[in-house]
Amino acid sequence: MMSGIPNSDNRMTIKVKFFASLREAMPQAIDEVDGSDIRTIADVWARATHDSAMPGHVLCSVNLEHCESTDSVTDGDEVAFFPPVTGG
Amino acid sequence: MSVLIVETAFDPEAEQRAFTSALPNGQAGATASFIGTMRNRNEGDEVVSMTLEHYPGMTDRELAAIIDEAMQRWRIINALIVHRVGNIQPGDTIVLTVVSAEHRAAAFDACRFLMEALKQRAPFWKKETLSDGSSRWVEKNTTG
Repeated sequence: MMSGIPNSDNRMTIKVKFFASLREAMPQAIDEVDGSDIRTIADVWARATHDSAMPGHVLCSVNLEHCESTDSVTDGDEVAFFPPVTGG
Repeated sequence: MSVLIVETAFDPEAEQRAFTSALPNGQAGATASFIGTMRNRNEGDEVVSMTLEHYPGMTDRELAAIIDEAMQRWRIINALIVHRVGNIQPGDTIVLTVVSAEHRAAAFDACRFLMEALKQRAPFWKKETLSDGSSRWVEKNTTG
């Protein structure tokens, strides 16, 4: 399956990562979500967190680039969620 | 341009010497650098150690993009970012940014830009361990 091409039944598999305090707050580790109703980053969050509301401070990335929760995802994408960054 | 993510203590002066010695001979009229060091206090509490988490892959990519942006905005000869991850002790260097240019304005301004952009965009997260044994995530960076 090439990345970006949905399966024949429109199911998508998205790799998911959580970092820092968000990872620690997850009740159990999760590294991917799948389904035919996943369209956006927000959908990935909902699937990974059992429909919990995304806190306003949460940042996200897709395929290693910052993104917005309204951005689309495609099959095979890697999506990450994390709190405000505190490097330097 | 170079980006280094390191898991052990590094000597910022040695890194800067290596950077400047590799510059084209005679071109740079100015080199500006910033060294960020771990403090032993934060928000009124004594901090005994810290863990710096990052997002491997995205971190390197974001830091390289920040240097690219600086090279578009200023006339820079070369730039370097070194950032520590893992377990860190007070006094350890966390970050080094170095910029060389023909003139000081570009070196100063681009070096400041590298640090501010890194603070806003690069996916690092600090977790402090306090003297009472408790730990906490740093929620946000200071404004300056």
